[in-house]
Amino acid sequence: MFKIAERRDLTPVTKLFRVQAPLVARKAQPGQFVIVRVREQGERIPLTIAGYDREKGTITVVVQEVGKTSGLACRLEEGQGFPDLAGPLGRPAEPLLIKTGRAITVGGGFGVAPILPIAGLLRQWGVKVTSIIGARTADLLILEDELAAVSDEVLVATDDGSRGTHGFVTQVLQDLIDKGQRIDQVIAIGPMAMMRAVAGVTQAPGLATLVSVDPVMVDGTGMCGACRLTVAGEVKFACVDGPLFDAHQVDFDEQVRRGKMYAVEEKRALEACRCGGGHQ
Amino acid sequence: MTEERKKPVKRPRVGMPEQDPGQRIRNFKEVPFGYTSEMAIREAERCLGCKARECVAGCPVEVDIPRMIELVRDGKFLEAYRVVRETNSLPAICGRVCPQEEQCEIKCLLGRKGEPVAIGRIERFVADYAMQRGEAELDRPRPRQGRVAIVGSGPAGLTAAGDLAKLGYQVTVFEALHAPGGVLMYGIPEFRLPKDIVHAEVNLLRAMGVDLQLNVVVGRTLTVDELMKDGYQAVFLGTGAGLPTFMSIPGETLNGVYSANEFLTRTNLMKAYLFPEHDTPIKAGRRVAVVGAGNVAMDSVRCAIRLGAEAGIIVYRRSEAEMPARKEEIHHAVDEGVVFRTLTNPVRILGDERGWVKALECIRMELGEPDASGRRRPIPIAGSEFTMEVDTVVMALGTSPNPIIHQTTPGLEVNRWGCLVADETTGLTTRPMVYAGGDAVTGAATVILAMGAGKRAAVAIHRELENL
Repeated sequence: MFKIAERRDLTPVTKLFRVQAPLVARKAQPGQFVIVRVREQGERIPLTIAGYDREKGTITVVVQEVGKTSGLACRLEEGQGFPDLAGPLGRPAEPLLIKTGRAITVGGGFGVAPILPIAGLLRQWGVKVTSIIGARTADLLILEDELAAVSDEVLVATDDGSRGTHGFVTQVLQDLIDKGQRIDQVIAIGPMAMMRAVAGVTQAPGLATLVSVDPVMVDGTGMCGACRLTVAGEVKFACVDGPLFDAHQVDFDEQVRRGKMYAVEEKRALEACRCGGGHQ
Repeated sequence: MTEERKKPVKRPRVGMPEQDPGQRIRNFKEVPFGYTSEMAIREAERCLGCKARECVAGCPVEVDIPRMIELVRDGKFLEAYRVVRETNSLPAICGRVCPQEEQCEIKCLLGRKGEPVAIGRIERFVADYAMQRGEAELDRPRPRQGRVAIVGSGPAGLTAAGDLAKLGYQVTVFEALHAPGGVLMYGIPEFRLPKDIVHAEVNLLRAMGVDLQLNVVVGRTLTVDELMKDGYQAVFLGTGAGLPTFMSIPGETLNGVYSANEFLTRTNLMKAYLFPEHDTPIKAGRRVAVVGAGNVAMDSVRCAIRLGAEAGIIVYRRSEAEMPARKEEIHHAVDEGVVFRTLTNPVRILGDERGWVKALECIRMELGEPDASGRRRPIPIAGSEFTMEVDTVVMALGTSPNPIIHQTTPGLEVNRWGCLVADETTGLTTRPMVYAGGDAVTGAATVILAMGAGKRAAVAIHRELENL
């Protein structure tokens, strides 16, 4: 079992777990993910690595309750653990990042979590980092302080205007672009709709943009192909070719559609166990 | 042996009872029930006990088949089990999934005029008999100096692990998934190889001292070089052929298109047939087309039927004669109502407005001259395109080795198909003390061939470690 050393409730539906996984912690790099199961009959789901401590042998993941499995995960307490955890998987962000100038990170919802180690890495190289984070409302914003520690500035947007800019993260990004500020690269992680919108905003000015896709996976090592996506007209596997891809080459419509493949079953599973419902 | 061998009895092969097709298509329980003691004895009595012992030569792990049969005939089932276990670490599995008709049984003298001795069924009986009575455990061997890392817990890895543990080495098996067994768990369905049997065989290896480390993706979590640095004197790579093949035709990312790997992994390893008690779902569909005609295709289509499909259709570009699946598997599929569309090749998958599969467009084929494989080459018949209404498409077109290991192990060479380069007799790769065998070397083949390779590598590793 992979023991939970620390659990933090970031929002009512978003939990952070620091998990004992020494072998994974030794190798983890920003951009990579792990596959976990939350119980013996559980499915295998990918969770992006939000941090790691090689000395303590822990990795950090953030889970947002959306269905049965994430719901069960969010009920895990300190001292309990994940029966299975494998990784680190996927390609590290490092070779894809531009190591000079200024980067904008855009984190939506619990997508802020995987942004953290990437921002940290950019900062280490001396890249100027502006981080934009967004959520539906102020209470759902997560990891703002942690992100501030690895960013030169943090800009906030909320859908309801309860904090920062009233609107979407894309508006904040658009403003920065309109101001003519130097931007060498944009890294956006969050809901598919948000990443697609970011790709739309950065397309015209031709800003290099990375997104981290989060499709359904089973093994996570290239074996099943459940995580297929089309990038620049070519079929890729997110688990081994990604999860980070050039935002302007990703077929988002296809990803949104593939994301709904098990919508009916997901609902059925949730109803069958009545374990969810944290999401209003 | 002073005792005169009993005379063989001439009689037809003893049939093995199995679940009725009408019933079994509604469950995932094993199809054949296996021999009873009486059946096993009656079948064993058919053996000629010939001097040629060709059957042993046909067995990749060289089970002493005549001795096993003789002991069964005399009702000494546990002794028979020990004879099998001497050379075969996974007899309950082999008795079920080996293609005996092209290994041991094809060599049987009885087969020249009639039906060969049902060696596989007898082996299965013997293994099940010992396991059910809790008599399958071997004595723990005397420990010997030397640590060996086995990468992958499929048939090749488990065999190498078992043989090395039997010699007394400290063996650790690293498995990427959360359950040991490799293709035995994720690929072969419950109705052909019950997972309890796999667990039982694995537990027998554990009882011999084999250490199993799950959730370790060698190449990611640890590298081969790190294993060597950690004090393993030899490494065996039994990483299989896990990468799926798609056709690169339009529509392959539509919802409802699966690789056979995914379809089978969801069904078998993740037990999607028990959804929602098990959390992994599957979309089996109403009309399921499985492209390909190997054993994996038969497994996929038979799973689809059990998952509730009204129609399971095998789409294959050559004719029935060229189908690579075992005859027995094809018969099972036929009995279960699978439809075979041979000389038919998909050209694209059509989707509805929501992006779900609605039909498979195919073209009819004819057979031309034999190609490099010796099989007649299928040629499309111009203008013969037609569509068949389906809502699920499963691509069962073969698999290739996962590149993770060779990409992360400097000096480890692969051939142009991505298979690890390894010596045929020893399994030695292009790296000293790193051995490989099974599908990772040959590309997708059979369980027993992988076991044979694991066995040979274990011998070679033993020879090297003894001389250290």
